[in-house]
Amino acid sequence: MRVTTTVNGTEQSVDDVWPGESLLYVLRERMGLPGAKNACEQGECGSCTVYLDGEPVCACLVAAGQAIGREVVTVEGLADGERLHPVQEAFVECGAVQCGFCTPGLVVAAHDLLARVPSPSDLEIREALAGNLCRCTGYEKILDAVRLAATRQARP
Amino acid sequence: MDFLQPTTWAEALTLRAERPDALPIAGGTDVMVDLNFDRRRPGALLDLGRVAELREWGADDGRIRLGAGVPYARVIEDLGAQLPGLAMASRTVGSPQIRIRGTVGGNLGSASPAGDAHPPLLAAGAVVEIASAARGVRLVPAAEFYLGVKRNALEPDELIAAVLVPAAAGPQQFCKVGTRNAMVIAVSAFACALHPDRGAVGTGIGSAAPTPRRAPEAETFLAGELEAAGLWESRGELPETLAAAFGERVAAAASPIDDVRGSAAYRLHSLAVMARRAATWAWNDYRKAA
Amino acid sequence: MSGQNGHPGRAMTDSTTTTVAPPVTGSGRIGDSPLRPDGTLKVTGEFAYASDLWHDEMCWGVTLRSPHPHARIAGIDITEALTVPGVWAVLTADDVPGDNAFGLEHADQPVLASEFVRYEGEPVALVAADHPETARRAAKKIRVDYEVLPAVTDPRRAMDPDAPAVHRPGNLVRHLKLRRGEVDPVAPVVVSLDFEVGMQDQAFLGPESGLAVPAEDGGVDLYVATQWLHVDQRQICLALGMPTEKVRLTLSGVGGAFGGREDLSVHVHACLLALRTGKPVKMSYGREESFFGHVHRHPAVMHYEFGAETDGTLVYAKSDVLLDGGAYASSTNAVVGNAGTLGLGPYRIPNVAVDAYGVFTNNPPCGAMRGFGCVQAAFAHEALMDELADAVGVDRVEIRQRNGMREGDRNITGQIIDSAAPVAELLQIVRDLPMPPPLDPSDIRALPGAVGNTTHGEGVRRGIGYSVTYKNVGFSEGFDDYSTARVRLEMTGGEAVATVHTAAAEVGQGLITVEQQICRTELGVERVVVHPKNTSVGSGGSTSASRQTYVTGGAVKAACEAVRAAVLERASMGLGRPAADLRLDGEKIVGTSGEVLASLGEVLGDDAVEETVEWHHRPTHAIDPETGQGDAHVQFAFSAHRAVVDVDVELGLVKVVALDTAQDVGRAINPDAVLGQIHGGSAQGMGLALMEEIIVTDGHVRNPSFTDYLIPTILDMPPMQVKVLEYADPHAPYGVRGVGEPPTISSGPAVAAAVRDATKKPLRRVPIRPEHITGT
Repeated sequence: MRVTTTVNGTEQSVDDVWPGESLLYVLRERMGLPGAKNACEQGECGSCTVYLDGEPVCACLVAAGQAIGREVVTVEGLADGERLHPVQEAFVECGAVQCGFCTPGLVVAAHDLLARVPSPSDLEIREALAGNLCRCTGYEKILDAVRLAATRQARP
Repeated sequence: MDFLQPTTWAEALTLRAERPDALPIAGGTDVMVDLNFDRRRPGALLDLGRVAELREWGADDGRIRLGAGVPYARVIEDLGAQLPGLAMASRTVGSPQIRIRGTVGGNLGSASPAGDAHPPLLAAGAVVEIASAARGVRLVPAAEFYLGVKRNALEPDELIAAVLVPAAAGPQQFCKVGTRNAMVIAVSAFACALHPDRGAVGTGIGSAAPTPRRAPEAETFLAGELEAAGLWESRGELPETLAAAFGERVAAAASPIDDVRGSAAYRLHSLAVMARRAATWAWNDYRKAA
Repeated sequence: MSGQNGHPGRAMTDSTTTTVAPPVTGSGRIGDSPLRPDGTLKVTGEFAYASDLWHDEMCWGVTLRSPHPHARIAGIDITEALTVPGVWAVLTADDVPGDNAFGLEHADQPVLASEFVRYEGEPVALVAADHPETARRAAKKIRVDYEVLPAVTDPRRAMDPDAPAVHRPGNLVRHLKLRRGEVDPVAPVVVSLDFEVGMQDQAFLGPESGLAVPAEDGGVDLYVATQWLHVDQRQICLALGMPTEKVRLTLSGVGGAFGGREDLSVHVHACLLALRTGKPVKMSYGREESFFGHVHRHPAVMHYEFGAETDGTLVYAKSDVLLDGGAYASSTNAVVGNAGTLGLGPYRIPNVAVDAYGVFTNNPPCGAMRGFGCVQAAFAHEALMDELADAVGVDRVEIRQRNGMREGDRNITGQIIDSAAPVAELLQIVRDLPMPPPLDPSDIRALPGAVGNTTHGEGVRRGIGYSVTYKNVGFSEGFDDYSTARVRLEMTGGEAVATVHTAAAEVGQGLITVEQQICRTELGVERVVVHPKNTSVGSGGSTSASRQTYVTGGAVKAACEAVRAAVLERASMGLGRPAADLRLDGEKIVGTSGEVLASLGEVLGDDAVEETVEWHHRPTHAIDPETGQGDAHVQFAFSAHRAVVDVDVELGLVKVVALDTAQDVGRAINPDAVLGQIHGGSAQGMGLALMEEIIVTDGHVRNPSFTDYLIPTILDMPPMQVKVLEYADPHAPYGVRGVGEPPTISSGPAVAAAVRDATKKPLRRVPIRPEHITGT
């Protein structure tokens, strides 16, 4: 099966895709985009969160064929060249990254949250990020990072 | 494994009939787990994601026709007023990412006793719209749709087109117990709907029997007691003893098992508590709405 | 904060709930919190974890595992599997060229099962194919003829003389016997209780992965996520029958570890397949396989008894601890060591009788996990301390302060606590921290059950619990614990650059940042390159036991000192002054009164100065086999927690609303990373108290997935107030004290105590499930 999809603004085609493969496998193993992570492959951890047509989804639960002709944006597509997105910058600065395996998914989920809700309350942050498990940080510094990114984005 | 990708409903039904070995996939939140965990290897995947009709909902004669492919996120966003019970349940489904992809139709297709959409559909008196290329459309009440653990009333050549849910005529509630405060499969769940227009009460029980099910005796009991005490008209307080007795009857309708998520005894106990509380909240909402 | 026992005290506060400003990073020396060098790579998705590795011509390896907890293998037929197109190799025990045995302490675990399988999930055969699905399909075509044997799955039963033996000669891995003081002490007040702790999983997010690449010299290069490269290398070499120079390991990106990567997983398997196929082989577990692919925290069955004066002063303590080690030894021996020697908590107890046992069963193997034997025991001694407080009518914090260890005391093995032991102070700090606001039922997300909408305030009771615990840092009981560091200093493009090379695993905790900070501090340079972690330098020891900042930090410090001495020696020759009169300051050589004598560039020229140092911590000693007495540990780390919970007592649902803590870290090399360890460690302890358990029935794991093995989400973790004390340990480099494990030990018992306080139920088993609270 051939899968053609727009990833981070560039159209990519891959061949010989087994139809049981997930979008996550296609991104990681066929398109050279390992940023989205394979931590549970059952939608319970959020590590593989990517945008599909502008909405954050678990790439492990999207069948490869379902992404044909769609727009995918991964964590690799958030920075503006060398310049980190404010959410990425805040994660680094606040110590929200330890092992970092959950980070790509959390960065995409937080990016989506702040695009929809520019100044979320703590409970809003918690509900919005409840699908992203982190085992290292206890989430404290992730909350710090989202708050910091919100503050920075609010500035013109 | 083949990947079948119809773009129209008619094409989808034809493919369904031609390929009994195909597994329909919508949001993928159940199907892909089975594939990733090597639990299923169907002959084909029948992707319903390109069938535009399935992603629509509309109001029709006091009923909401919810296309089988409408994701939970849209139920929460668009239908909180018309289908409050289903919207509350939708908010408890998995994670935000899951709610963007997962669909009510998929929940019906999987027919897991733990599916979050089932209790509010039962309580509201929803009807499942089923279609096949050969025989057209048929309607099956939700209460008759679930046949066993992960078994439903679909024939091999049928697909779920939509679910028809009466718009709420009164308050609805949904409660779900899990052992974590987010992203958790129901240990037990309960939905209730007050139908003051017809002096009736609807119920739905999740994760506490081989299938989602109603608690008919509890429904009749509560509606009857409310009627007898003239409470529908007076909108007086719901007596605590009545709420508790309703809870006991809801629990009595369940037949749960022990599993890794919880004990049967706990499921019965929690149902009684949830039903008591949910009925009280719904009733209080009804009183406030006066 | 006032000093304690003459130590200069330094307190650092963090209250994160309102933080919006990024931390001040300083100049990147010790005591600062510079940014992680891998942070940008991790937020952009470019950081290469083991599961991201890719190689031209690579094929995929998968493992066939036993479905039975105990069986004899009568035969294995791989014929059909080999015929599957795309399959490159199918291997069984017969294909293991060296010893078919590995293990951290005892090589008792087969690389691939030959005669017996002893737990569900034990590896039996391997397949390499060009696509993981092909390999999975082929693995299903391997026919294994099992004769199922009776399984021993109850650790108490395993102790019976007539129980089937999992290994010869019997099922006892270790009995630690500890006796101190009077033989049969009596006390006016006696409390005793039984406790149970379930099997916890490390649940690191990055599943086990590695890439083995066959080399031209007939050896193999393995890129793998692990905690200890050299102990892996030793075991792989034995299994492959190869000398160390032929088996080279490089650490790839590690997605968390927490003890679960101390034992081998894909290591030998990937190498076997690579050597057989002549192709690079990647192995990467999924989540389900990960639950079978590493050891877990030992479940425990415990009986504890305290005898005390009527004012609560402890007279004696007795404990009987049984740890289920599962099918193979792993680190059970050392875990029993901790549960025994440290298992009565940070208290002064004159008379002691401890019996701690580790046994073999046909359950999943258990071994290292953060807190290592202390976690299980802490649930018991802290719950019993509350029981004693109530029995004598003394406040629960006060009774701990009254009995708390102080510097100079002897612990139960007779070892003198020779640095700060601020038990009473830590408790006072957490008690004095502001309490969370009262229950606000207006937003269900803040209530037990959250959006599950199970309460609007009905049935919710608040509870408060306290806990104080301690743990050893580093390896104990006579183990020669050391780390190796190679530091090189040279001029590059007119700038001094230090390169630090250790094999100590960075698993997320931030060791690489600490290594840079130490180099900057010792050498005065700004640029420090962290060399990839591999086996071309000596062992860094394990990233476990809260030991890397101490031990590898000590090694890096010592290597820097050696480099500095060598530089000054060179300068001394050039300047004609004794080296003792010279200092390295920034990139300058200065004299006794601070006058600049030369630049570093002038002294080094084109040369590099490189020194390698193997640094050992103070020796520890084996304990006496009859009395358990001895100086078993090198350092102790103390922490206290206060948990506040709201419990829906009718439904048994819990919302932790505060989890506040105080910990003595000796010296915070990187204060931000210290907080990160404390936050994350506390979350794991809370998880064990409330939700985390691998449920094993008759030897079968019933919940190997993130659907049913639940770890805390961001809605489960409360905001934390953290106070960090810095009472320097005079025996440790910079005064540091291990940080990683203590919070995992003290947080869980505090949460459990708070739930007991809210519910007034005994709750002697963790995790506390809703049905334990409701009694249904």
